[in-house]
Amino acid sequence: MIEIENVSRDFGSVRAVDNVSFSVQKGEIVGLLGPNGAGKTTTMRMITGFLDPSSGLIKIDGQDISADPKSSKAKIGYMPESAPLYGEMIVDDYLRYVAAVQGADAEAKVPLLASVCGLTEVMHKNIGDLSRGYRQRVGLAHSLINDPEILILDEPTSGLDPNQIIEVRNLIKEIGKTRTVIISTHILSEVEMLCDRVVIISRGKIAADSPTGELHARYGHKASLRIQVSGCTLSALTKALKNLPGVSGVSQTENETNLTAALVSISGDEDIRPNVFSLVKENGWILYEMALQRNSLEDVFRTLTTAGAES
Amino acid sequence: MNPKKSVSLVIMKRELASFYTSPVAYIVTGLFLVFSGILFFSTYFLVNRAELRNFFSILPVLFAFFVPALTMRVFAEEKRSGSLETLMTLPVSGVDAVVGKFLAVFIFTASMLVPTLSYVVTSVALGSPDVGSIFCGYLGALFLSAAFSAIGLFASSLTKNQIVAFFAAFTACIVLAMIDRLLVLLPAAIVGPLEFISASYHFESISRGIIDTRDLLYFLSLTVVFLGLTARTVDARRVA
Repeated sequence: MIEIENVSRDFGSVRAVDNVSFSVQKGEIVGLLGPNGAGKTTTMRMITGFLDPSSGLIKIDGQDISADPKSSKAKIGYMPESAPLYGEMIVDDYLRYVAAVQGADAEAKVPLLASVCGLTEVMHKNIGDLSRGYRQRVGLAHSLINDPEILILDEPTSGLDPNQIIEVRNLIKEIGKTRTVIISTHILSEVEMLCDRVVIISRGKIAADSPTGELHARYGHKASLRIQVSGCTLSALTKALKNLPGVSGVSQTENETNLTAALVSISGDEDIRPNVFSLVKENGWILYEMALQRNSLEDVFRTLTTAGAES
Repeated sequence: MNPKKSVSLVIMKRELASFYTSPVAYIVTGLFLVFSGILFFSTYFLVNRAELRNFFSILPVLFAFFVPALTMRVFAEEKRSGSLETLMTLPVSGVDAVVGKFLAVFIFTASMLVPTLSYVVTSVALGSPDVGSIFCGYLGALFLSAAFSAIGLFASSLTKNQIVAFFAAFTACIVLAMIDRLLVLLPAAIVGPLEFISASYHFESISRGIIDTRDLLYFLSLTVVFLGLTARTVDARRVA
């Protein structure tokens, strides 16, 4: 449905997006995840035709969007971050205006979207007087008016309070059942909750691209084992653990009084717990604690975005 | 109806509505009427001639101030608030947006002239002015406002700051409006070509009742060139 091929975008001497390629299938909900300034918004602006890429190609339905920008734009519903809308207009007028620009039937669409997006009570208020949550929903209604096949939402939940976040997420989930959706966010749990696939962008490059469920398995396989024993010194424990297969490193960690604690980094997929147990037993130490800690998705995100690692 | 035209019309309608809901538009219209009224009537009885020549002769200077005051907001505000992004990601081209907004400004400026028809009524009641040349004067005023609106829109599309947009457009318009008055200081050899770029010169020639295609072409080409530049600037965010 959407193909992004080797797309880069420069602003002066700054390369905001660097050779990014990914594609989005029909019906997928894809999350663009990355720290602030990673290039998410620039990427979205290029897909929506608001910015041209400096190099590379963006195709929608197999067609280069720069060939016929208007017809490509007609397929997309887009809401920029913080939903910049005309503050002096009332919601009803605004949605009718968008419907007219889109050539959609305002009489049918506006009341429908008002109820879908929960705007019925504020239809006659000025957009500028609405709370952020309501403004975000007006933005959502704005992007849905032409019944787009593709919905692109830039940080749809930023600046909302927890209740509003849940409402907007549910709305997106509902809407996303029948559409192709790209959302950008820097909130991990949001991606886990909403998206089928996640593309992690860091410093303009793609750091990871994987189905949300597999992100952990693919990038989070590194785990660590925390153990606490008594009856030995730290150096003896460290030395013994380092000799085990599958151990990539051993470091000191906080320990209770009279106990020796170590954090073991595991490199392979092999479960080293039985070996650790036998090691402790052979040496006559007493095992107080052994806990396998999988790196959380936050750790995965942090590793990928700080190291600028490539997949 | 061709879709391009209808999108421009939708944008025009919205823009006009936002003019009429903004206090700036009323202040500008009010001040315009006050100033043009003072300047019209202050000499009206002194000269003791029932004609609008005086009104028309100061119109370029008035428009040089008031038209940029109307256009300054149009693109600059959209760029500042970010709503330009919501507009340009709808199926709208730069030309659609510029044409729609231009028509709105043009209609608004034309509506600003409507109350000045009372000067015509006064003149006709008190004397027998040349109605033909008054008609030509209003026609010229429309061409003049179109050209200044285009310049104002271009200035507005270049910046996020309305004040900057206003002064840039005001400077350009006032130069076009006043250049022929500064020409007395210059040698005759360069007066001719400089006179040709003066908006007042062409406007006066129309308002005297002579409709010369060169004068119309002057205003039309100013309008088209600046609207074209504006469309390019609005689209330029999309060009790498």
